[in-house]
Amino acid sequence: MKDKNTTVFKSSDHMQEGDVLFQIQGLCKSFGKLSVLKNISTEIRKGEVVVIIGPSGSGKSTFLRSLNLLEEPTKGVILFEGRDITDRREDVNLYRQKIGMVFQHFNLFPHMTILKNMTLAPVKLLKMPEEEAKKMAMDYLKRVGLEEKADAYPNQLSGGQKQRIAIVRALCMQPDVLLFDEPTSALDPEMVGEVLEVMKDLAKSGMTMLVVTHEMGFAKEVGSRVLFMDDGRIVEENTPQEIFSNPQCDRLKDFLSKVLI
Amino acid sequence: MDLSNMLISSQSPSALGFSTFQAKFIQCFVDDNRYQYLLKGLGSTLLITLFAVLLGVLLGFLVAIVRSTYDKTGRLTILNAICNIYLTVIRGTPVMVQLLIMYYVIFATASMDKIVVAVLSFGINSGAYVAEIVRSGIMSIDQGQFEAGRSLGFSYPSTMVYIIMPQAFKNVLPALANEFIVLLKETSICGYIGLMDLTRGGDIIRSVTYEAFLPLIAVALIYLFMVMILSALVKKLERRLRNSER
Repeated sequence: MKDKNTTVFKSSDHMQEGDVLFQIQGLCKSFGKLSVLKNISTEIRKGEVVVIIGPSGSGKSTFLRSLNLLEEPTKGVILFEGRDITDRREDVNLYRQKIGMVFQHFNLFPHMTILKNMTLAPVKLLKMPEEEAKKMAMDYLKRVGLEEKADAYPNQLSGGQKQRIAIVRALCMQPDVLLFDEPTSALDPEMVGEVLEVMKDLAKSGMTMLVVTHEMGFAKEVGSRVLFMDDGRIVEENTPQEIFSNPQCDRLKDFLSKVLI
Repeated sequence: MDLSNMLISSQSPSALGFSTFQAKFIQCFVDDNRYQYLLKGLGSTLLITLFAVLLGVLLGFLVAIVRSTYDKTGRLTILNAICNIYLTVIRGTPVMVQLLIMYYVIFATASMDKIVVAVLSFGINSGAYVAEIVRSGIMSIDQGQFEAGRSLGFSYPSTMVYIIMPQAFKNVLPALANEFIVLLKETSICGYIGLMDLTRGGDIIRSVTYEAFLPLIAVALIYLFMVMILSALVKKLERRLRNSER
């Protein structure tokens, strides 16, 4: 493994920077008659920070949740590291171990201490020895400045603290990619910053990230690519500079004129 | 019958002198070692309740898991249908009728220990109620908890075991405790299949001594005492499980 002392987080290095991580082809999802995703095709490369923006109801979250099959696609192919995870013969649980997810409402396990929240999955699924898992968890906690909360329960934490814990909980599985589903939308405005800081550090460390968010500042600063979704389609896809300073389609111009940047 | 008997044959002990009360007490519980009726009856009651609770919890959790899996994922259609029939039949008929059918119909020809028959009847009956209690507990857990578990890579069963069940259990504990208290008291109908439980033991004393007040009050007090102990234990457990909500 390469030594990456310059950044806060290690990333797993068995893939080369720039390799295709997700290849999505013709992805469709409908709930009954309601069609939410309409023929989405794109690819996500190792090391990219892809920010997905768009009005509510445009299918951003559904798209993100399709990538670890929390929503089962109605049609289409999702290749993850070259294998089709929509294939029913594939063990989706194995893929999910490599695809971390951070939720809007944190979803920490309220009946476990913070440390247990973080070590449960590595110990049970990766068969990591308890002591090693604890040490790793403490390392991560130190890096997000919450080591004194190791023995606390989630309900004793603020929203921002919970979300930082949720991020490091996902990291404890050493995932190849992290999905963020509106990670700051349920936070008090004061706490948004601390969570974005952690995410920026992660991005700098080379972690592949897909972020659904309304934080345009974050998209501008750390995004390597921005996807603008509307009505179940990716309408525009470009670098943050281009998206924000030179939007092409009218829908995007309209959207950007309404959001605070 | 019991009630009218009690009204006619017994006078309140306070109206009588202490010595009369003492004499009646000795007649009811000491003579011929009659306290043994209560003691052995209590033994049967506890034995039946304990194993019926275990059977009920086992059945209840299984049924609850099948039903909530069906509710959440749409799988296990056939098992879910079977569980629905079980719930409908068991909750739609009186437990006493179930006990009588179990003894006089299902095990009519087999020489089965009455205790076993009672355990089966009450366990199967209780399982239906436990199932609905546990299912409501599982459904009350936020969907996000499932998703968090699954997104870490846990399978559906592992998510249930490590993440959902511990939380659901805590939520349903008061309702479960209530079910067990009901079950303990329900076993008092065991006398109908000639099984000597606590209630029947007291009733036997009543019928041989023609003294209703003392044995029946004693029986009532013993039930009350057991229920109070049970409630206290549950309260303790609840407080311990609530640690994470401080």
